[in-house]
Amino acid sequence: MKTLIAVLTVLSVIIAFWYAACLPMNIKGVLTEAERAGAEVTPVGAKERRDLGEIGLVLGNSFAVPATWAQDRPRLPAPHQVAQELWKTTGAMVLKGKMMSKRSLFYHGWVTLSATLLGFAIGTGLGILLAVGIVHSKVMEMSVMPWAIVSQTIPIIALAPMIIVVLYSIGVQGIIPKAVISAYLSFFPVVVGMVKGLRSPDGMQLDLLRTYNASTNQGFWKLRLPASMPYLFASLKIGIAASLVGAIVGELPTGAVAGLGARLLGGSYYGQTVQIWSALFAAAILAACLVALLGLIERMVLRRMGMGA
Amino acid sequence: MIMVILAVLVWCGGWWLNSRLANGSRSSTREVQLLVPTIFGLTLLLVWQLLVRGLDVPLVILPAPTDIGAAFGANLSKLWEDFLQTFVKGALSGYVIGCSAAFLMAIVMDRSDFLRRGLLPVGNFVAALPIVGTAPILVMWFGFDWHSKAAVVVVMVFFPVLVNTVAGLRETSAMQRDLMQTYAASYWQSFFKLRLPAALPFIFNGLKISTTLALVGAIVAEFFGSPTVGMGFRISTSVGQLALDMVWAEIVVAALAGSMFYGAVALIEKSLTFWHPSQRR
Repeated sequence: MKTLIAVLTVLSVIIAFWYAACLPMNIKGVLTEAERAGAEVTPVGAKERRDLGEIGLVLGNSFAVPATWAQDRPRLPAPHQVAQELWKTTGAMVLKGKMMSKRSLFYHGWVTLSATLLGFAIGTGLGILLAVGIVHSKVMEMSVMPWAIVSQTIPIIALAPMIIVVLYSIGVQGIIPKAVISAYLSFFPVVVGMVKGLRSPDGMQLDLLRTYNASTNQGFWKLRLPASMPYLFASLKIGIAASLVGAIVGELPTGAVAGLGARLLGGSYYGQTVQIWSALFAAAILAACLVALLGLIERMVLRRMGMGA
Repeated sequence: MIMVILAVLVWCGGWWLNSRLANGSRSSTREVQLLVPTIFGLTLLLVWQLLVRGLDVPLVILPAPTDIGAAFGANLSKLWEDFLQTFVKGALSGYVIGCSAAFLMAIVMDRSDFLRRGLLPVGNFVAALPIVGTAPILVMWFGFDWHSKAAVVVVMVFFPVLVNTVAGLRETSAMQRDLMQTYAASYWQSFFKLRLPAALPFIFNGLKISTTLALVGAIVAEFFGSPTVGMGFRISTSVGQLALDMVWAEIVVAALAGSMFYGAVALIEKSLTFWHPSQRR
């Protein structure tokens, strides 16, 4: 309860700060428009205002304050403008029965989400396989593991534009290139986490299985795999967030027309700030939902296994 | 065809050598532990080279390592300029600003229980979001030059460092804090002598995560607009010209910069947290 109050307070302070920040950010554009419409603005002329401080302009032209929250293409859109745009492109579309129209964020979100999920599944599958190999083969561990760790320090996303263009030139396009980038980004966190997890049973437990005369296979299915679950879920949560970033970034360099990344890029080309912000929030909500979903599955799985808190 | 067969042979040879080394009697020595991944890396490079040459893979799909090396050597000054623009000006300055801001914020949150309760869930939430998405907005606000890249980096590194620092500052046990109290230590005395050292492993964890994020932020922000210099700019324009050897050269620079940045932070960590169990040998 105390936490809830504190979180709500912090959120309302952030929103209040956001509204306040709209004033100095948007005031120049508003004043230029107001002057064109014939209002009295002090001082007169966009040139004179250019070098003045924004706060002074706000104080000198207090009549313009409401307008800074209702501009068409503001530098910083007010929270309610973003919320309106979000509603207009999601809920309102559903009510009109055009859920999958090209202007709907559900459509763009789905384009990104499908690539994310496909890539995440591929990356996680390969990551788990490699981790199993690493745990069971000393050669593989000593050869591959150092590179897997080093590759985590590399900005892999720099490869994204190239992957897309190369795959395009050999005739692969659509969802696959984005999924490849997503898979690539979620691959390494899963490998590293899964190796740690498969190694987590201690010597005592492994010895116990040996006294039972358990085979390597039985040891894997009955001890190592169950013991690795908490580690697996921790890295899955990192991996899915990375996958989403990969899918979004994968939409940037090709000038894709659909997807959240395309909305970001299109918005930045045409100065549609409200569109950028709503795409950003849609991506944030999507990421939060995916992580929360994984958290839920984690809790259910761990409880079934008797490891839940 | 000979080259392809050669590639297969090289791969088998490298693997055989490694398995001999890894399962040999001296596999736990430091030399072997360095040698095995090196052999693996060299084998991969050789196989790559032989396959590309043997199968006549066109340059626009995958350049051979020697092509990449040639492009790297021929464009050293250009690559150095890109490195300065993206890494030193964009990523590094943003990293320093973002990490110090997060550190100060963590101290404020540490002093006020209310703020910690309120901000920590928000911070944890934001840390999992695709923050790179703010890049177009920040590029619009701060212009095309490195300032906007630094701003993206600030936003990206802020939350991981904040969350880790706050967690670290709560790491001391009640017993240790009570001891400081019996010494009549002030807040700052117990902060600098007890809680900050105890928090260092956590802080460095956040700092290390952030090194990669800083480079990612600086590079991706350049996809949304940049002056005609910078690693992200060069990658996206070279991809457009299908000059993939240049792209790969730039990726080599990014990889070197990323791992060296990480290594530098890890070295500082090692010298500051030598007392921690994870650093002891």
